[in-house]
Amino acid sequence: MNTLINIIVQGVLLGALYALFAMGQSLVFGVMRLTNTAHGDFIVMLVFVLFALTSFAHLPLAVALIVLLVIAFGSGYALQYAVLNRVSSRDPLPSLIVTFGLSIVIQNVLQQVFSADPRSVATGSFESQSMTLMPGITVGYLPLLTLAATVVLAFGMQWLFGRTPLGRAFRATSDDREIVQLMGVSYRRTYALAMGIAFVLIAVAAALYAIRTAVSPTDGPALLLYAFEAVIIGGMGSFWGTFLGGMALGIAQQIGFYFDPGWGIWLGHIMFLAVLVVRPQGLLPKTA
Amino acid sequence: MSTLLNRPLANVAANFEVLRATRASRLTLFVLLVIALAVASAPWWAGRDALHDFVQLASYLVFAMMWNLLAGYGGMVSIGQQAFFGIGGYGMLILANYCGISPFIAVPLAALIATVVAVPVSLVAFRLEGGYFAIGTWVIAEVFRLTFANISALGGGSGTSLTALQDVPRALRESLTLWLALVIVAAAIGLLYAFLRSKAGLALTAMRDNAVAASSQGVDVKRARLLVYLMSACGTALAGGLYFIGNLRISPDAAFSVNWTAFGIFIVLIGGLGTLEGPILGALIFFVLNKFLSDYGTWYLIGLGALAIVVTMFFPEGLWGFVSRRYGLQLFPVGRRVLFLGNGASVRSAVDDAKEKPGASSAAHRA
Repeated sequence: MNTLINIIVQGVLLGALYALFAMGQSLVFGVMRLTNTAHGDFIVMLVFVLFALTSFAHLPLAVALIVLLVIAFGSGYALQYAVLNRVSSRDPLPSLIVTFGLSIVIQNVLQQVFSADPRSVATGSFESQSMTLMPGITVGYLPLLTLAATVVLAFGMQWLFGRTPLGRAFRATSDDREIVQLMGVSYRRTYALAMGIAFVLIAVAAALYAIRTAVSPTDGPALLLYAFEAVIIGGMGSFWGTFLGGMALGIAQQIGFYFDPGWGIWLGHIMFLAVLVVRPQGLLPKTA
Repeated sequence: MSTLLNRPLANVAANFEVLRATRASRLTLFVLLVIALAVASAPWWAGRDALHDFVQLASYLVFAMMWNLLAGYGGMVSIGQQAFFGIGGYGMLILANYCGISPFIAVPLAALIATVVAVPVSLVAFRLEGGYFAIGTWVIAEVFRLTFANISALGGGSGTSLTALQDVPRALRESLTLWLALVIVAAAIGLLYAFLRSKAGLALTAMRDNAVAASSQGVDVKRARLLVYLMSACGTALAGGLYFIGNLRISPDAAFSVNWTAFGIFIVLIGGLGTLEGPILGALIFFVLNKFLSDYGTWYLIGLGALAIVVTMFFPEGLWGFVSRRYGLQLFPVGRRVLFLGNGASVRSAVDDAKEKPGASSAAHRA
């Protein structure tokens, strides 16, 4: 019995990380209908930026994190405004290919600059500290922090979308980007803002991920798939849906890992495909 | 009023012809036959490297042509076609190593298996649309990769070798592989061309441009999409089986790598999406680039990625699309031209129904 509870608890904690990965993607797809194949690579890229800030620039972690968030917002805004705005349209093919190309470029630039070795950000002993809830069930502080961050961000994004003028602008632009210009909203700047915020979400995810494990430049695609699965399982258009989707994915993977390390990720994918067959609109769908 | 209308129409109705072949297309057919003969005789005059190169080129080309069929003509963008590539490869290996079938016969059999597998896969994949359909197919390919990586009888994650050709002398093996490659490429081009010329091909083009309008004209969109998906899976599996006969060694990471789709997309984009000639041109360019620049490793890949971005943003028609539009060339005539004859001088009016840019209208896939 304890084993089952342990699997679920670890699954929830792992799922929190996946949900965090997926928040940015949920935002980007919700506002811009943009298929971002480079999402995972953006996470990895920001991991390496954080690594560069702490190791090469020798900034203390707290300062480095703030700088990372600023860099993330700036680069997300610039990327969307300069490059991706040209391909954010109804047709999925150009955005898919441009982001695919970006993915390849990012992976190889990172490999060229940092070499292919996996690296992580050291925080002394925090990453391995844990507390024991019950015999057989131990939860780490870092996964708990990740869960807290994910919950706070889900609340934050839901509030942003539901109750602020910016959120209204996002929703309106997502509905019809031509008409929204009649209301004085520039859809180009709105898209760029959305991408900037998404990058901030990605930066938080990247920081927590980098502290947790060693990351190598080619890890991007795997993260993309987890984020994407979390969004689909949860239902598109809902941040709490994405949160639940991440949980479900994490639990499925933990069950798989329990049987054999090789089948963990496989079971996660299978569960995703099963949800797709049985309930394609996801758990909490808000938009089509 | 009616007499005004009747006279010119009566003239026109009696005096027009619908042409399909062009002078360029007849020339192309001749050139292709010459090339095919040259390649078929290659074991007698070319070195081992050249033979191996051709087999690799053939694999890339067929993969790209099948991706083009799916995306450029069917309007379904998939990043998961490597699933069928790997099934073709592993299917061939299993049939050859464990069932005693000759690998050269196992390739089409594996393609058949892949087509059968594609039916339930399509049921799942077609639940998604547009960009998410693309990533969904990638997930499915990952499922296959992880499945094969966990089967220790097939070597698990490190793969296994094709042992069925051990007793065949090397020169004979390489010649047979080359001829198989030639047959597969010729069959792929020929069948695609025949398909696109037919009524089914016309329906496909209509469906790509506007699914709702095509449906209103009696095109069964769902069936057409399924048919295209199955055809693409079959062709991709042929390419996979062929590649691993040439390679003699297979592993899940090589067989199901997303790089196959990345290169396929690159080839089609450079050459021209939605045209038959495009992937051929793109494959040649890609192969030349590969030959001379792949030593530069990461820089080469960075260059490829950047080139893909630039081409998508600024030259969405690709090289062949540009040439075709500029000079009105079509080497594989899938369109029709109306030739008006009357009053002595002939007036040509070109009606090209197969060269529309697929991105011009909604290419979003609907289940």
